Amino acid sequence: MHNQDQALIFESSTPGRIGYSLPEMDVPELDLSSLLPEGYLRSEEPELPEVSELDIMRHYTALSRRNHGVDSGFYPLGSCTMKYNPKINENVARFNGFAHVHPLQDESSVQGALELLYDLQQHLIEITGMDEVTLQPAAGAHGEWTGLMMIRSYHEANGDLKRTKVIVPDSAHGTNPASASVAGLETITVKSNEYGLVDLDDLRRVVGEDTAALMLTNPNTLGLFEENIMEMAEIVHGAGGKLYYDGANLNAVLSKARPGDMGFDVVHLNLHKTFTGPHGGGGPGSGPVGVKADLIPFLPKPLITKRGEEYGFDYDRPQSIGRVKPFYGNFGINVRAYTYIRSMGPDGLKAVTEYAVLNANYMMRRLAEYYDLPFDKHCKHEFVLSGRRQKKLGVRTLDIAKRLLDFGYHPPTIYFPLNVEECIMIEPTETESKETLDSFVDIMIQIAKEVEESPEIVQEAPHTTVVGRMDEATAARKPILKYQKA
Amino acid sequence: MKHRYLPMTEEDKKAMLETIGVSSVDELFSDIPEKVRFNGEYNIKAAKSETALMKELSKMASRNADLKQNVSFLGAGVYDHYMPVIVDHVISRSEFYTAYTPYQPEISQGELQAIFEFQTMICELTGMDVANSSMYDGGTALAEAAMLSAGHTKRKKIIVSGAVHPESREVLKTYAKGQYLEVIEVPVNDGITDIEALKGLANEEIAAVIVQYPNFFGRIEPLKELEEIVHANKSLFVVSSNPLSLGVLTPPGKFGADIVIGDAQPFGIPTAFGGPHCGYFAVTTKLMRKVPGRLVGQTTDDQGRRGFVLTLQAREQHIRRDKATSNICSNQALNALAASVAMTALGKKGVREMAAANLQKTHYAKNTFKEAGFEVVYEGHSFNEFVVKLNKPVKEINQELLQKGIIGGYDLGRDYPELANHMLVAVTEQRSKEEIDTLVKEVGDLHA
Repeated sequence: MHNQDQALIFESSTPGRIGYSLPEMDVPELDLSSLLPEGYLRSEEPELPEVSELDIMRHYTALSRRNHGVDSGFYPLGSCTMKYNPKINENVARFNGFAHVHPLQDESSVQGALELLYDLQQHLIEITGMDEVTLQPAAGAHGEWTGLMMIRSYHEANGDLKRTKVIVPDSAHGTNPASASVAGLETITVKSNEYGLVDLDDLRRVVGEDTAALMLTNPNTLGLFEENIMEMAEIVHGAGGKLYYDGANLNAVLSKARPGDMGFDVVHLNLHKTFTGPHGGGGPGSGPVGVKADLIPFLPKPLITKRGEEYGFDYDRPQSIGRVKPFYGNFGINVRAYTYIRSMGPDGLKAVTEYAVLNANYMMRRLAEYYDLPFDKHCKHEFVLSGRRQKKLGVRTLDIAKRLLDFGYHPPTIYFPLNVEECIMIEPTETESKETLDSFVDIMIQIAKEVEESPEIVQEAPHTTVVGRMDEATAARKPILKYQKA
Repeated sequence: MKHRYLPMTEEDKKAMLETIGVSSVDELFSDIPEKVRFNGEYNIKAAKSETALMKELSKMASRNADLKQNVSFLGAGVYDHYMPVIVDHVISRSEFYTAYTPYQPEISQGELQAIFEFQTMICELTGMDVANSSMYDGGTALAEAAMLSAGHTKRKKIIVSGAVHPESREVLKTYAKGQYLEVIEVPVNDGITDIEALKGLANEEIAAVIVQYPNFFGRIEPLKELEEIVHANKSLFVVSSNPLSLGVLTPPGKFGADIVIGDAQPFGIPTAFGGPHCGYFAVTTKLMRKVPGRLVGQTTDDQGRRGFVLTLQAREQHIRRDKATSNICSNQALNALAASVAMTALGKKGVREMAAANLQKTHYAKNTFKEAGFEVVYEGHSFNEFVVKLNKPVKEINQELLQKGIIGGYDLGRDYPELANHMLVAVTEQRSKEEIDTLVKEVGDLHA
């Protein structure tokens, strides 16, 4: 062990210490071996730590200090919408009537929870311009797969069994093709043109009788609005396919354009992005899916319904793709998203997008002189730069990202989308102040100068973090995936 | 428009528009064609102040019968357990909950190390070699186990026990449709997987056999006998397991399970109307490179300091794209953290003590029902749950019980027509002797 290593909780363990307080045992205790079949009573204790309550708090507090969140500092991670996570959301989600309700209670005893879900659905229907919404999917990728399964079922119900291909742009997020594959569909790629938008001619070339759907993010992963969306919808619908909207970038178009009005048939949202259910260090998220009327029969069951003033579940859905998750989705995240929407209201949500787009364009213009701007036009909520100029000087985008760590920033998304060389993808979000944006831009400019004047500072970064660059090759070659006592 | 989440002032806006070289924010949206432009505002409820919204939502929450005001005997996969108070304090640290996936290890060591510890604890409990960083929940983890098995064995048939959670089986069927897999259910006999029926169904076309331990009825499946049947045909043995029960039960790894999955909800995660919970996924070393989702591994930095990184990413969707066998991206990291804190607080001794308390209290409740003259179907041992036969619909009994502040057990008739009027009663360490006695008395009164 290195003297600067942060101890693992197992290394802080001392036999005999405890950190728990279980309810009293007030029933007669029998010999455990009489309560289990022979051979099924565990003989070896699991090696879990033995620590006091203070030990635990110190341990996790130390770990938290080795972690960067939105509350720690600016987090312009493109496509992830790392906006402020309102604290009222956390309080509401912890109300006993939300946090401590069992999913299998009688409907009559959970009317408040059902009302919240139903009303959230109504709000998302209006926001997306769709006809119905399910809140069951647990995350964006889960929503993608759910939507594609519905599209597949729709075509199959029409006897249209040849429709097995999903078209995705070359700039698409990796989950798109992976979700298609898990839904039993094949992926074909459509090229982007010189303006970073889907090449219509190539789209015309790839659509056909085997097209199940076109999957699209709009604005796309370059932060550009697909201006030809109506033509694309016509091409795909004309060929008998469906249009799928990946809602990862919805923060760019709230109150400006609705997927339903753009011709999309299915949309998933990432409530942990646009609607502030926090990212949680990688989840839990929530990935509701909205559909147009002709796809409603295929929605996962149960649906949440309202009859008169009573809320309930509808399980009688013979054409449903089935369940995609036990119970009704990540309710706790849905509560947070609902709280957020109700905190913002219609004018607030409109302002969200306007500021998100203003902020991105402002940063883009300020940085355009120092980094290559592959697509020189107004962006939406995010934009991409290319580090190819810096690469010629021997400094990679990865190095620039690592150098940003020295100044307390989380770097932008890098090397994505795949169709931009040395890509740097910046998404500031609307909750950041001009001062924050300016400070970050100033540091990016300083780094660009360092690349020219003293590149080694950037190449060897970070210099100030608790650990330096990690040996990822060895981690993958000789995996150590759990603690083992020395 | 002024809002506490939106810091830009009119002056900021003016200066920024000038830098951009446009005269209004609207110009930035000129690329959205008129035809698809949404003009105006959404027709949704107006914004509320913090105070007013808290009041409204608190009222809405109070319309739900919660497990704090009522005494719950409802389980069926989601349980009311002891949650160490510190769990919420740890996961409320915003360095954890406002971070995203630890893509930048230098500033994400806290999250990465916490996940590494989670993986270790899951391996310890299940007796497996490798555990991932979490899945959405037990149900989708089970479906992913089936997909992994089909990919690994290049076989297209999955056998699942009828004593596996009904909702997990439904999720499995949806995923199976996606992958063109056939799902075959083994019937239940006397509350346990029908071994003779399984022998008849098992063959060399089966990718995996999936059982639950303890099963949906709270019974202990005979993993030893099952394993022999499964492996005789080189199928994979998948065990869905409540990790708390493994404090007292011999872990599935000891019985030769290839994949152990389940939900860590019993460790510090609230019921939350069904989610978010926390799926876990554990395998033998042989299957390490086929695990879905994220894995954290230990390594060192350029100065020899220990650290942690996301590793074996060649398995994942963002690298493999359409060749990926799973599309999972976000998982349940924050809930894995909650489970880690709970497992840490319980520790080596507490996890056994808590599991044993569940066993003892379940036994006591079962006996009390029997002594009161009820028919407890299925003889044998039970963890958390057992089945009581009633003389009227469970729904009716439960409505009456709720009037007395009791949330009754699960109505098995919903999933098993032959078990209409049978209640699945769940008893955890949280239930006192008095509460158990009251339940038996109240049900007895309603039964008369």
